[in-house]
Parts: sequence; structure tokens; C-alpha cells
Amino acid sequence: MAKPTKDTLLDWYRQMALIRRFEERCAELYQEGLIGGFLHLYIGQEATGVGAVAALRPDDHVITAYRDHGIALARGLDVNRVMAEMLGKRTGVSGGKGGSMHLADRDLHMWGGYGIVGGHLPLAAGIALKIQYMGEDSVVLALMGDGATNIGYFHEALNLSAVWKLPVVWLIENNQYGMGTAVHRASGAKELVRRALAYSSEDGSGMKMGPRIDGMDVLAVYQAVSEAVEYARHNGPILLESLTYRLEGHSMGDPQRYRTKEEVEAYVERGPIGRFRKYLIETYQGIEKTLDKIDAEVLQTIDKAVEFARNSEDPTYEDLISHVYAD
Amino acid sequence: MADRPITYREALSAALREEMQRDERVFIMGEEVGVWGGTYAVTRGFLDEFGERRVRDTPISEMVIVGAAVGAAMAGLRPVAEIMTINFAFVAMDAIVNHMAKVRYMFNGQFTVPMVVRTTTGGGKQLGATHSHAPEVIFAHFPGYYVAVPGTAYDAKGMLKAAIRDDNPVLFVEHSTMLQRRSPVPDDPDFVLPIGKSDIKRQGRDVTIVTYQKGLEYSLIAAEELAKEGIEAEIIDLRWLRPLDLEPVFESFKKTNRCVVVEESLPMFNVGAEVAAQVTEQCFDWMDAPVKRVSAMDVPLPYAREIELMALPSPEKIIRAVKEVL
Repeated sequence: MAKPTKDTLLDWYRQMALIRRFEERCAELYQEGLIGGFLHLYIGQEATGVGAVAALRPDDHVITAYRDHGIALARGLDVNRVMAEMLGKRTGVSGGKGGSMHLADRDLHMWGGYGIVGGHLPLAAGIALKIQYMGEDSVVLALMGDGATNIGYFHEALNLSAVWKLPVVWLIENNQYGMGTAVHRASGAKELVRRALAYSSEDGSGMKMGPRIDGMDVLAVYQAVSEAVEYARHNGPILLESLTYRLEGHSMGDPQRYRTKEEVEAYVERGPIGRFRKYLIETYQGIEKTLDKIDAEVLQTIDKAVEFARNSEDPTYEDLISHVYAD
Repeated sequence: MADRPITYREALSAALREEMQRDERVFIMGEEVGVWGGTYAVTRGFLDEFGERRVRDTPISEMVIVGAAVGAAMAGLRPVAEIMTINFAFVAMDAIVNHMAKVRYMFNGQFTVPMVVRTTTGGGKQLGATHSHAPEVIFAHFPGYYVAVPGTAYDAKGMLKAAIRDDNPVLFVEHSTMLQRRSPVPDDPDFVLPIGKSDIKRQGRDVTIVTYQKGLEYSLIAAEELAKEGIEAEIIDLRWLRPLDLEPVFESFKKTNRCVVVEESLPMFNVGAEVAAQVTEQCFDWMDAPVKRVSAMDVPLPYAREIELMALPSPEKIIRAVKEVL
């Protein structure tokens, strides 16, 4: 694992700030009625997405669930086109037909966000099967929420990956709640990473149990996922858990009766961006100005993205009926 | 090359083998496809011929059998995933309906899903209520993939090869009681039938019977009996429930002015309902009688043979239905 350079760290900071501002703007656009449907914000989880995706090579693969904006932006999807997708425009990454939950870019090996909990986990296994079948050495990073560990897809996909030794890093983003149900109220294993033991043997074969990561620390996430990616590349599947926190509701209009204001505020204090900013300032003298400049640039980037999206064309009847089938 | 009579099972086997020989990206995965040789013996010998890389036994995990095939297909392979019987496809319904069918559309054509899910359908084997469904019509409800229902060895081979070569997902439904049926089938490795074309299996002037698979078999028997009384039935084998090709049905109906639809599905919202609606829309001026449906009865299928058969279509029921519309 290469130690990240100052430029790399600044780029991570930029990505995390971009995701945060993107999500805040989406919330506003939702209130204005410009974004419809469900809107699942990534606010609070930026360190997990940015640190994990940074551990991948360009020829590696990433797939995730419906809370996918942060993963898409971290993987480098064009922010204009991601915003256009939010507004349901034909310039969107999915032509306005996917929406917030379904962002993909095949060229960047971002295989999509998926709206059915756990539904993408078998797809991740299948993409990894192709890698193995063709004798390639890339890896699939499959992110999921804590809630996905309780659905049948999780069991079937992780078990198959262990039987076939598929190169998958399974990463649970444990943000403490599956919608409004706390992890300990939904899972027999409170430490979700222990699920790996169910697919491993005493002789060490099968699924590797990886660490539980401090998911609010982008450096820790990067290091752990980098090690996991190398493990998966050579040995087979590994399960990791990133302990993070969703600072906003599950979706828009979530009354959040399942947690206290105090609990949320405590996590705001530990927020991943403020923490990383502090680390950078302590590590690199005089970097504060650079960070402020990045913050300002990110706001401009979001403004431009919104402008791009607003000025884009709506999808047409032709779009409605295209791509149901391959020609 | 000369056509020779082979069984439906041999036709499926030949289609799979030829396509695997032709294209390295084609592989099979499913429960008991390898060491066992397929629960219906369709893939017997494949493990020895193609090896474990391309003949992959899976755990009993229908959700991931279909879902992993979707991922592999999106990534560029051409999986043929086997769901032992269509009764177990209910467990994989989300993978079929929400993923196999939709990843292309939902991501605006970025992904192509060239895969086949092979499965078997049909009742009449005393397997009880959970193992005796013929629910292929449910799966034909959704856009985004095709549904094949071959009724002869000839069709089984040509349609399976077409399904494997096509870039769209195909649910390929084989009939579990028709595996020993024989018909002449071309040896030509490039014998491929078109997707979404129904086929006139018997010419006639008096009534149009629209059917597939087991219904086809029974309709042919019924037609011979009816012919003895001077009634000539035209039999149209749909072969595909999606794309559904009803043009030959409309043409035939304009000649016969009468239609009976025969299927093993349950009576509510079935193929007959769709055919009747479309015939009414397209051929109202040619109608001499309401479209009549022959299907399974609206009950789960029981174990005991006598009453199981009572619930299913039969040549006698078809004959009765034809006489009602004449």
C-alpha cells in the first residue's frame, strides 16, 4: 500500500467536501420539488466512501446500494451528470431513468447503485466470477448497509463467494440503523463483521474476517480497505465493517423518532470532514488556506452542476421506450 | 445435413454443448448441473467435457444463482443458469424481475445482460402443490427479458441456441413431462430459430387453437379426434410468451372465426386472457363465438393422481371446448 501523498490527501478532502455540499444541495432541491422520489443522503459517511474507493485501481470494480451518491462521486463520476440524474434529465448518468438510487458508469467500473436491499450482492459475485473466469486480477468492492446483512441475498452471495474463492471485498457500512431499526435490534451479531465466520472454516479456508474500521477516519478506512483489496486479489473474499453514522434521516422526511438529538449531535462533533481537516492542519503547516480554497471551489462546482442540470433537456418519449431490450 | 429424430432432452443437451463449443464465454451454473449431470440429465457428461470452470455446481441458492449470472453477464460472460424447477424460481423472483430484467433499462443501456435461465415447468407428476406449478405466464408479465416455452425437440434445440446467442436475458422454460418426446432435429450447429415467432403446428379451417407445451401435445391429440367428426382445428404453438407473436393467430381467426386457448396455467390472468383480449381488439368483426379458455382449475395441485389429473387440461376438455365454440 502506497502511503498517500499530500496531494492525494488534499484530493480526498476535496472529494469529501464535494460529497457533503452535493448532498446539502440535493436536500434543498428536494424541498424545492426539483428532485423527486426517495433521496438517501450520504452525509456523515463520506470518509467510508472516499477512503474505500481510493483503495481501488482503475481496473477494479465498485458496486453499492441505494445510498450511492457519495460512492459515485468518489469513483469520479461527472458531478454535472450525477446532478442531472437527480433532476431526472437526459444528460444524467443513467439518462434520467435511474434517479438517485441508480447511478452507474460502466467506463469507470461503477456498476451501479441498487434500490433493493442486498439485491446487488449477487451481482458483485457475478462480476467477480467474470474476473476469475477470464484470469484477470482485478477486485470487486461491494458496499452495503448494515441492514443488508439480514436479508437472504447476503447469505447466498457471501457463501457463494467463499465456495468459489471470488475476489470480492464485502464492505458493510454500518451506520447504526437499518432505516429506523438499530443494529442490535435487528441482528444477532452486533459486531456485523463476525458474520464472516459463518462462511469460514477452522483450517482458514473460506471467507476471511476483516477488521471493524473507524469509518469516520478516512485514513483508517483507506488503510484497511487497501489491505483487504490486496488480500482479495490474491486469496478470495473478505468481509469488513466500517463503523460510521448517518447524520441525516434515512430518506427525506424521516421524523427520526428512533434516536435522540443528543446522539446525533455527538456524532456531528466526530464528523469525518471536520476531523480530517483538523488532521491536515496539524500535519501540514499553513494548509488552512488551501483547504478554504478547496471549500470555495467545491461550492462553485456544485453551483455549476446545478446549472448544468437545470439547463439540460428532459428525457423524451424515445428515452422512455429505449433500452428495454438490447437491439 | 439430414434431420434425425432425437428427444427433447437430447435436443437441449445438443444445443448447450454446441453453444459451449462455439463460444468460450458460455458456461453453465446451477444446482446439480455438474457431478450429478443435471436432475433431468440434460448436462450429463458436461463436467468431463468442459471442466469445473465452465460447468459450475452451486449451493441451493436460487437468489444468487440468478443474481450472479446477471453480474457475470453484465461483465461480459454468457451464463446459462439453471433453476431446477420453476417452482424454485419464485425464490429468485427479485433477481429475475428487478435485476435481470431491469439493469439495462435502469442504467440507460450501459449494461447488456446476455444470459439464459433454464428451468422446467409442469404438473401431472404427483409432486403436490408446491412442486407442480406451470407459472411461466407470471414471468411473462415483465418487460426486459424473453420467455421461451418450446413444445418439441426441434423447437427446444433451435430456440435454446437462439436464446444463448441473443444479447437479452431469456427465461427458458422446458416441460418436465416432455423430455422423452422425439422429433426430427437438424444436426447443423448453426440451426437457430428466430426469437418471438409462433408456429402453425396443424392446419385447419374450423377453429383456431392457441397453445404451447403440454397444451400443444393435448391439442394435437384432440385435433385428431375432432377430425374424425369432420372438424378441422388449426393449432398455433406460441413457442414464446414474450415476445408474444399473435399475428398468425389473428390470420387464422379471420379464417375460422373461433378460438380456444389451451394452457396448463391457472385460469386467472393467464395466457388465454391475453389472447382473448387481443383477438377481441384485433378481430372483433370476425368473431362468431367468445374465445374459450382451457386451463388448470383454480386450485393448488393435489398429490392423488385421480384428482390431480382432474384439475389439469386434457384432450377431452379441449374437444368439449371446441364443440362449445362451433
